[in-house]
Amino acid sequence: MGNLASPSIFLDFVRRATPWLAVATAATFALGLWLSFAAPPDYQQGETVKIMDIHVPAAWLSTLIYAAMTLASLGTLVWRHPLADAAQKAAAPLGAGFTFICLVTGSLWGKPMWGTYWVWDARLTSVLALFILYLGLIALWRSIEDQSLAARAAAILTLVGCVDLPIIKFSVDWWNTLHQPASVFRLGGPTIAPELLWPLLIMALAFTLLFVLLWLLAIRNEILRRRLTRLTMIAAAEGDGLAVVPATGKSAA
Amino acid sequence: MSAAAAALFLREWRIASRLGGGASIGAVFFLILVSIIPFAVGPDLALLARIGPAILWVAALLATLLGLDRLFDGDSEDGSLDLLVNASLPLEAIVLVKCAAHWTASALPLAILSPLYGLMLGMGAWPLALTALSLVAGTPALTMIGAIGAALTVSLRRGGLLLAALTLPLAIPVLIFGVAAASAASGSAAPFASSFLMLCAFSLGAIALAPFAAAAALRRVRD
Repeated sequence: MGNLASPSIFLDFVRRATPWLAVATAATFALGLWLSFAAPPDYQQGETVKIMDIHVPAAWLSTLIYAAMTLASLGTLVWRHPLADAAQKAAAPLGAGFTFICLVTGSLWGKPMWGTYWVWDARLTSVLALFILYLGLIALWRSIEDQSLAARAAAILTLVGCVDLPIIKFSVDWWNTLHQPASVFRLGGPTIAPELLWPLLIMALAFTLLFVLLWLLAIRNEILRRRLTRLTMIAAAEGDGLAVVPATGKSAA
Repeated sequence: MSAAAAALFLREWRIASRLGGGASIGAVFFLILVSIIPFAVGPDLALLARIGPAILWVAALLATLLGLDRLFDGDSEDGSLDLLVNASLPLEAIVLVKCAAHWTASALPLAILSPLYGLMLGMGAWPLALTALSLVAGTPALTMIGAIGAALTVSLRRGGLLLAALTLPLAIPVLIFGVAAASAASGSAAPFASSFLMLCAFSLGAIALAPFAAAAALRRVRD
């Protein structure tokens, strides 16, 4: 595992792991979707309960990705590791995407169930704040040109922003709001029927595999992009040499 | 060490209050923000009195955050930030002193002026007092959160907009409890004491933790 910290060994690992991960992700999605559609409709919510199989995994991932980014930020600040920089940069758009899916499916589910697309409830508002936080991180990455400086700035902001995670998790317990309290990970076991719980768990696994796959590919792209930038700069520097000393430049070309 | 801190505090105060400083502009910006709301929602005093605490809080939030974008920029441009980073005083303490000076010069006047602006919104005496009190208790947290953003965006082009985008989501809890405390007199569900104490807790926590984050940002983004 320690060797994975070297970018070239990491690239090799990604090349070998990608096909397996892709197959596993597709198979889990197929199984999850089939189980989800085979499951009986909820006695109150009818077929709309199937939105849960998209909404809840996306919501779990939106916080899980932020937690992963927090760990990567520690890697950036404490060990100053370039792979950690690439990992947190690659995770931010993915986190924003899954949070967006969570918000959109949540409002589509809210319309038939609560009668409105949006309420200013504690859980919804804190997830919205998380979404804006992701967008702010992406904006910060895009506004600092030096990538290692951008990584440190983004890491500090990520660590400051992780106070939002416990607020999201416990918002439904602290404030009495429209969004329901936790029904899967709770003391005393889940309160959700097993026929509905199994598709949900399989879908959660599928979403997590999808995230890991996309994350690995995005980190790979980031490493390759940095190498390309470095090579371009070296080539440009040599190009400058061409203009100053034409004779050696021609032989090099 | 305390002499150095006092000297830095005085320096920041002079910069803020003299020509080119932002202290008085903040109060004017606050007045403009408060006065555009009646144009937008209509001059219904009963409605304005009801949402008055919220208007004052949003205006104070924006005036505080937008005033913070120059907290470290001037020092970064003229090179005094390099001296401050290498000073005998720890950078965390420097950040805290700068924030304290900025708060007394820019945010405290907003809290003192808020009853005057609230009168224009038709608010009663008791809501005015509670709003001013909640602003005094809550604006330190806004200043400290904004200082982190200012340290992250120092010497960036368009840093002001980015500062607002980065720090506004972090300021939401302060806003929630601030408005809850301020509107306790005008029939809010939450009692004043619990919201006010939460607000004080946010401010104290931000004063304790934010200087470390801001100083880390200044150090790491600079070298």
